[in-house]
Amino acid sequence: MQSETFTHLLLPRPEGLYCPAGDFHIDPVRPVARALITHGHADHARAGHDTVLASRQTLDIMAIRYGPDFARVTQAAEGRMDLGGVEVSFHPAGHVLGSCQVALHQGGVTAVVSGDYSRVANPACAPFEPVPCDLFVTEATFALPVFKHPPPQDEIARLLASVRAFPERAHLVGAYALGKAQRVIMLLREAGYDTPIYIHGALQRLCEYHIEQGVKLGDLRPATMDKAEAKTLREAVVIAPPSAFASPWVQRFTDPVVGFASGWMQIRGRVRQRGVEMPLVISDHVDWPDLTGTLRELNPEEFWITHGRDDALMRWAALEQRRARPLHLVGYEDEAE
Amino acid sequence: MKRFADLLERLAFTPGRNAKLALLERYFRDTPDPDRGYALAALTGGLETGQAKPALLRALVAERVDPELFALSYDYVGDLAETIALIWPERGTPRDVPLSEVVVTLSGAGKTELPALIARWLDQMRPSERFALIKLVTGSLRVGISTRLALTGLARIGTVPLDEIEELWSGFEPPYAPLFAWLDGGPRPEVTAKAPFRPVMLSTPVTEADLPALDPAAYAAEWKWDGIRVQAVSEGGVARLYTRTGEDISGSFPDIVERMHFDGALDGELLIRREGLVAPFSDLQKRLGRKSPGKAIIASHPAALRLYDVMTWDGEDLRALPWTERRARLEAAVAGLDDARFDVSERLPFGDWDALASLRADPPDAVIEGVMLKRLDSPYTAGRPRGPWFKWKRDPMIVDAVILYAQRGHGKRSGFYSDFTFGLWDGDMLVPVGKAYSGFTDEELNRLDRFVRNNTIDRFGPVRSLKARLVVEVAFEGLNRSTRHKSGVAMRFPRISRIRWDKPAEEADRLTALTDILDGMGA
Ligand SMILES: [Zn+2]
Repeated sequence: MQSETFTHLLLPRPEGLYCPAGDFHIDPVRPVARALITHGHADHARAGHDTVLASRQTLDIMAIRYGPDFARVTQAAEGRMDLGGVEVSFHPAGHVLGSCQVALHQGGVTAVVSGDYSRVANPACAPFEPVPCDLFVTEATFALPVFKHPPPQDEIARLLASVRAFPERAHLVGAYALGKAQRVIMLLREAGYDTPIYIHGALQRLCEYHIEQGVKLGDLRPATMDKAEAKTLREAVVIAPPSAFASPWVQRFTDPVVGFASGWMQIRGRVRQRGVEMPLVISDHVDWPDLTGTLRELNPEEFWITHGRDDALMRWAALEQRRARPLHLVGYEDEAE
Repeated sequence: MKRFADLLERLAFTPGRNAKLALLERYFRDTPDPDRGYALAALTGGLETGQAKPALLRALVAERVDPELFALSYDYVGDLAETIALIWPERGTPRDVPLSEVVVTLSGAGKTELPALIARWLDQMRPSERFALIKLVTGSLRVGISTRLALTGLARIGTVPLDEIEELWSGFEPPYAPLFAWLDGGPRPEVTAKAPFRPVMLSTPVTEADLPALDPAAYAAEWKWDGIRVQAVSEGGVARLYTRTGEDISGSFPDIVERMHFDGALDGELLIRREGLVAPFSDLQKRLGRKSPGKAIIASHPAALRLYDVMTWDGEDLRALPWTERRARLEAAVAGLDDARFDVSERLPFGDWDALASLRADPPDAVIEGVMLKRLDSPYTAGRPRGPWFKWKRDPMIVDAVILYAQRGHGKRSGFYSDFTFGLWDGDMLVPVGKAYSGFTDEELNRLDRFVRNNTIDRFGPVRSLKARLVVEVAFEGLNRSTRHKSGVAMRFPRISRIRWDKPAEEADRLTALTDILDGMGA
């Protein structure tokens, strides 16, 4: 089969991946008539589409972020659906709560658009489901052989060791509001840290939603204390979106240890650039071994790379004699973590 | 190696001094011998490693990783050791290779054994340990902490005062077993090494306002030279040159060490001197970084000692004697040495403080940064006792500069925009000339922070670029020419002494305010 074989099923367009046969887009970056959304991160799930098809949880998350009227029509994905003669099904991607891969089947050909995905167990979501396919579409955020994310439990153990070594310094952990923040909280709980965890206001709604969905986060308190109160905290962990560290909110803490939970924290230059004292390599994307391992496991006829470090992944494909194609889609954050 | 790698990583990302000390203390407390001893040596630059060239590491990784993938990765990461540490394929079960195993094995290894040895360790390690190992074996470990900071952290594990540790520690070889036994509560060890370092006597600052309370007849005055305070020790045929924190810099200054034909310990200022004239500090800096300087730089930048004091001489400890007696002994001692390399710091004649003030206001040499006052009856006491010795520094130089960039501070100023890059006018452009922060009041800190947030043009990572609106008075101690700075000048110890909310940016100083000073210095 050649790339052309797939083009009635899937095409890169400036607004995102498009399925001509079914006349719909997947994770479009501009408003379209019908959008299928893999997960709730802002670069994949945007407001302004007419009709949106996504997992129940992704629809809920979009409503939290953009308000209940974020689209004219919404439909929760369920089982195998027919969209203009294309059979569509959603499968867990293991990335964040509600994240799915989208599988398209027509005329004996299957294409899978994975969105963002991870192979590391995450109690907030169902594990990545390998769907046999002819065409696999992957991102390549961490597609360099230097990216090998350590077990997240080891990273949390380092954080807790520091919390105990510097009990009077609040440990502020930067983590994105959807997925990463709850992930860090769950890992802390799993490691036996059972005192209240303070969260920045921007994380409130999504943490509540996780709890509603049965994800156990333990005792969460708003990080709205004043300077005097902040001084009395001992062994405190505070989770905040990274942008909060540039806002006056952070000034209530005296001499905090600033951490950041991200796959990028593997690179020392990135740590310094962000002024992070406690880098935590915790990622919800596949690292190099998991990315190449997934491609070997699925062994598709061809794979497409939406964005990221496609040069290294193309080289790997050449070494492995696999057919691959870089799409250079724009609008998806290379930084997304 | 795991603990050591963790320590290095945290030290690298921890900006605060107190937090660094706490990390060092924990490390020295929790790590068994002899690893902590080798770590102390590594942190203070006293480890003889560096057996492997980067090419050896490149060759090892080329056997394991596709060269194109490696090149893409190196290009992205930007540091060879870090790239190799991260990309190295994991094999088998990791083992916590002791630091001592690495140091001891390397010191006995032949050139041909090195590749297999290093590869085996890399196989057994995790990325942060691999990074530390590669930096060690290539001799490129840069921890960025001073010897004094390392020793201060070390002193916290026991009850031995820092200056006693400073006096003794360099008398032992890594892994310093007797030193650690002492800190753990054992007996004070005997130093057997030749020419050990002795803790230095330091001065406290004094201002014009303090002087009337002091009796001018009780003090001697000397110029305060802008070089590096050193201790030259020669005993039993062993000669060593130490910084004032006990770092052995003999290797960098063979032209001094090979001329130390005496038996004793002298205290003085290391300078670059050409035909009797003292060169600016920047000339000395050119020699400081070189572990084994070449003939050319030794000839073009000859080092010299200007001596302040004598601690021991011909087997006699003179430190308890009053300054006047030590001074007489020093003058006698130096008379026998090469006078192009060793001379005695001049004693300044003055009758009262006004007379000294006028000397200080018009020093005969630009490399003088003030005057020193020493009580005539003062013994040589380690540390910084208040009273016997004062430094009366020249008034700082001052320019009015415009704030260009701001970055959030650390520690007490954490979260506030309090670290600034400032610039001076060159034509109608502002050229960055330095970075500084200051102990602002809380009110100023808040007002500055608001200013930064309201006047941001652009952001690069943690740095904000600002509208050219705010003028600050910057005080600094000296100037050097610099090829690393766009402005061509580098300030020494710049700090923001005043915020000029009132002053329009157009009225800030021009770059020529600095270049004129340099031209006047003949630098
Ligand atoms: Zn995502």
